[in-house]
Amino acid sequence: MASTPLDRKVMEAESAVVRLENLSKRFRHDRPPIFEGLKLELRRGEYLAVMGESGVGKSTLLNLLAGLDRPDSGRIWLEGIDLSLMDDDAITLLRRRSVGFVFQAFHVLPYLTVEQNVALPLELLRVAEPERTQRTAHMLEAVGISSLARRLPRELSGGELQRIAIARALVHRPRLVLADEPTGNLDPRSAAQTLALLRTQVKANAGAGILITHSRAAADTADRILVLDGQGLKPLVSAP
Amino acid sequence: MKSTAQAGASLTIWRVLLLSQWREQPVRLSVTVLAIALGVALGAAVDLINSVALGEFNVAAKRLVGEPDIVVRGPREGFAEELFVTLARDPSVKLASPVLELEVALPGRRDTLKVLGLDTFRAAALQPALIGDMAGGVLDLLKPDGIFLSSSAAQQLKLKRGDRLPIIVGDAPKSLHVVGILSEAAYGQDLGVMDIASAQWVFEKIGRVNRIDLRLNSGVNVDSFRTALGQRLPSGILAVAPQVERDRTVTATRAYRVNLNMLALVALLTGAFLVFSTQSLSVLRRRGSLGLLRALGVTRGQLQFALIGEGAAFGLVGSLAGIVLGLVCATAVVQWDAGDLGNAQLHTAGSALHSARAILRTAPWSLLVFLAIGTSVATLGAWLPARNAARQPPARSLKGGDADYTVVAARSWRIGIALLAAGAVLATLPALGGLPVFGYAAIAALLFGAVLLVPVLWVKTLKFAPRTGFAVADTAIAQLRENVGLSTLSLASVIVSFSLMVAMAIMVYSFRASFEHWLGKLLPADMQMREPLGNDTAYWSPADQARLAAVPGVSRIDFRRTRQILLDAAHPPVTLIARNSTAAQVADALPLLRHLSSPLPADTQPAWISEALQDLYGYQLGDTLALPLGGRTRRFTIAGIWRDYARAFGAIVITRTAYLEATGDSNANEGAVWLNGRTTAAAAAAALRGSFTRPDSLDILTSTALRERSLGLFDRAFAITYALEAVAVLIGLLGVSLAASSTALARRAEFGMLRHIGMLRRQVIGMVASEGAVMSLFGVVYGLILGGMLSLVLVYVVNRQSFNWSIDLALPGWQLALLAQTLIAAAAVTAFWSGRTATGQDAVRAVREDW
Repeated sequence: MASTPLDRKVMEAESAVVRLENLSKRFRHDRPPIFEGLKLELRRGEYLAVMGESGVGKSTLLNLLAGLDRPDSGRIWLEGIDLSLMDDDAITLLRRRSVGFVFQAFHVLPYLTVEQNVALPLELLRVAEPERTQRTAHMLEAVGISSLARRLPRELSGGELQRIAIARALVHRPRLVLADEPTGNLDPRSAAQTLALLRTQVKANAGAGILITHSRAAADTADRILVLDGQGLKPLVSAP
Repeated sequence: MKSTAQAGASLTIWRVLLLSQWREQPVRLSVTVLAIALGVALGAAVDLINSVALGEFNVAAKRLVGEPDIVVRGPREGFAEELFVTLARDPSVKLASPVLELEVALPGRRDTLKVLGLDTFRAAALQPALIGDMAGGVLDLLKPDGIFLSSSAAQQLKLKRGDRLPIIVGDAPKSLHVVGILSEAAYGQDLGVMDIASAQWVFEKIGRVNRIDLRLNSGVNVDSFRTALGQRLPSGILAVAPQVERDRTVTATRAYRVNLNMLALVALLTGAFLVFSTQSLSVLRRRGSLGLLRALGVTRGQLQFALIGEGAAFGLVGSLAGIVLGLVCATAVVQWDAGDLGNAQLHTAGSALHSARAILRTAPWSLLVFLAIGTSVATLGAWLPARNAARQPPARSLKGGDADYTVVAARSWRIGIALLAAGAVLATLPALGGLPVFGYAAIAALLFGAVLLVPVLWVKTLKFAPRTGFAVADTAIAQLRENVGLSTLSLASVIVSFSLMVAMAIMVYSFRASFEHWLGKLLPADMQMREPLGNDTAYWSPADQARLAAVPGVSRIDFRRTRQILLDAAHPPVTLIARNSTAAQVADALPLLRHLSSPLPADTQPAWISEALQDLYGYQLGDTLALPLGGRTRRFTIAGIWRDYARAFGAIVITRTAYLEATGDSNANEGAVWLNGRTTAAAAAAALRGSFTRPDSLDILTSTALRERSLGLFDRAFAITYALEAVAVLIGLLGVSLAASSTALARRAEFGMLRHIGMLRRQVIGMVASEGAVMSLFGVVYGLILGGMLSLVLVYVVNRQSFNWSIDLALPGWQLALLAQTLIAAAAVTAFWSGRTATGQDAVRAVREDW
């Protein structure tokens, strides 16, 4: 049976974790758009790095992907679902299930223990005991902080805090992991460990990941690197 | 040079911090300043109004007493004027001036008019202000029925020169000729002045006076002469220092004024607590910036100075606004509401003449004191957070965290327990100078002790909270558990204001319930009739009493004779009530608290004294009470102590038989009327009036109406209390609201992260509202317990020592439940609104802000 162009689009969107189509965004009407006509497709298991100068809209792109912001035009499919058709609550529930975040400033809750921080997405998803404890313990083990499970964040180093953030981003096995400068606050050794851990865990959970970074070394841990500039997303062309 | 530079740098840091805080949080700072302003305004207004009233009373008392060295005072019905002749001839006495001072009954009015009968020529030297004001009118005063009225009395009675003033003497209506009006400056309160001979004639007191003012020759030791004179004066006549006479009103109203000022200070204290809470939260919020300042070279002292200076600046601005507001309020109250703040003894008669400037002149220092208090309490409120912030190592400040407050909390419980114990001890100490100073100290100790116990009890309570598996609830509880410092700051505002509100509500409710019960006991008859309260001139003769008792529809009338007698020079007169005929009947009709268990010997006359008499004069059950009656000292045995809310300076009840035997006075001026059940109260009242020679002057009320009127007066007296308490609660709620919004704003990044990982906005708001509800629930339960403790001190210590009467504890269940619900709802709504505001900002921006 022949498929229509629309059917094909739906199928393509369904096979991609993320698909962007002609995305435009501007913050002020009297200023030029931050980007225009942006296109991107990210497939399952793919780990992508996005580089670019400050202010070109890397973080904005990440926020649009997670449904935290709305584009001025264009469409975003997350797991084959068109975000423009959803209200804020529906997008939040989709994000709860399908997206994991890693921030530059860690953003772990200071009043929860390490294991409680990691288990938070599972609690939101109403994952029952004992599965919740089991998955949390497994994730803590995977990121190498099992021994810190009962500690409070204020007792930990930056590298340890970022491991909590990575565990929290992956514990519910999201389809998409978004990491915004995750090594910006870390020393080179911790940064290298964090990047390796992030890649390994994204791959292990069979999801897709987008890493926003200024660092070429960090970007090199990804499967492919795109550069965002005024003309849109383009593959990185290395200097000869 | 170096120190000047340091001071300059400190001021610069203070200015920078203050301005940046103002730019960031204008609403929050304005509310804090407003809270201080309200507290200061209340305190200043109450003080100004009382100062104006007291100022008038002081002037009036000085004018009344004049400038004698000694005042010889006897019973109100008077004593033989031969004593005047004897004293005038005493070689130590330079001048003696006889006075007849009476509270005169006026037809159709419940109040009386004070009338001074003076020998104008002698009084000119001792009461120059009064007599001097009459100028050419002195001769008019010598007319047989001439009277000068004070300007205030003339206004009250709507009389002018040449009019007739109707009065009641005995059981007959009479009138006086108004021959002149004294100026407002001469005498500010209600007064009539007559020639003493005319007064003796008109008031049927021929040959009698009740006061003699003495000026002694120079060189005579006034104190020694007064002591010696006191020993040779007949029974019931006392030699009194003029200052005691002048201070009587001041002393009599002092407890009421102090209590009112204390209430006003509660509002100010709550305001200070708000500054403490705001500054603590603000320091927590800015800990990163403060740490940075320290890292950049700002010294610990400079930082502490700047942060304390912030509090002082709020206090100064708030206090300045407060004293202006207080002055405006005081002027309004004095000009439009007679300004008695619920205590009729403190009303300002010349209210119309009190401009704001005139009021300001009355008590300029008190305004400066309130300015200083307001600024000081705000500074004090800022001191602890400033000290904590300055002591924090910069690296720790830059990293953030609430750990230090947890440590403080862990230590504070010991001080809390010590303060509670101190409070319990202080509550057992007696009054100091007639004031419940230790009672107030006990309240302060209990309040602060209980607040210091909050952190440890809060932590223990939260330990019982189980994990629910619901992210919203578990996160809320974890947040509360870990941020003990922040939670305690918010809780303390709720607990301080709510516990004070609970304590006041219990005290006022207990008082009202006791008052109502007392009224029921005192008013068993269907109706009450009386001549104006406290009057010295109107009464019912035995013939009147027989005629009244024979009115159709009346079953019986218990007549009473009520008089004022002076027991001690230093105290105001006490009320003597002669009632019923047998001791058993009297004892049965009184609200007795204690009484002798064994019957008195047949030759002993019983007397029943009110609690005030017991407290003020130190009498006990079984003691002998010497009463000056009929010119002789009569001895009675104290057979019982009864509760009396009507006469704060004491009352004594004896049988009419004993009174008649001692004085020969068979007249009566009050009566309890029982109807026969076949007539209505209105018909009986009409019949009673109809049987009387002066029907207009008979004050007849059903006991129900009298009860309602009394309760109305009670509520009016406490209206100002409620108003002051309401302001304190409002300030407390502002504190809750500020703490909630400040905390919520400080947690924006946290809320943003929760939104990132999939928490719905309504879940975040629900989490914040749950935290608010859990905290306010704890605060309410804690506040109820603490308020209950404070109410015990108010009921059994402060009230008892201030007013010398006891009240029974009663709990206003529904009122407390309503208050509790209102507070929990207010806190939850505030938290909800704060959460809504904090999550209103987009989650993206929130997580990008450093926390």
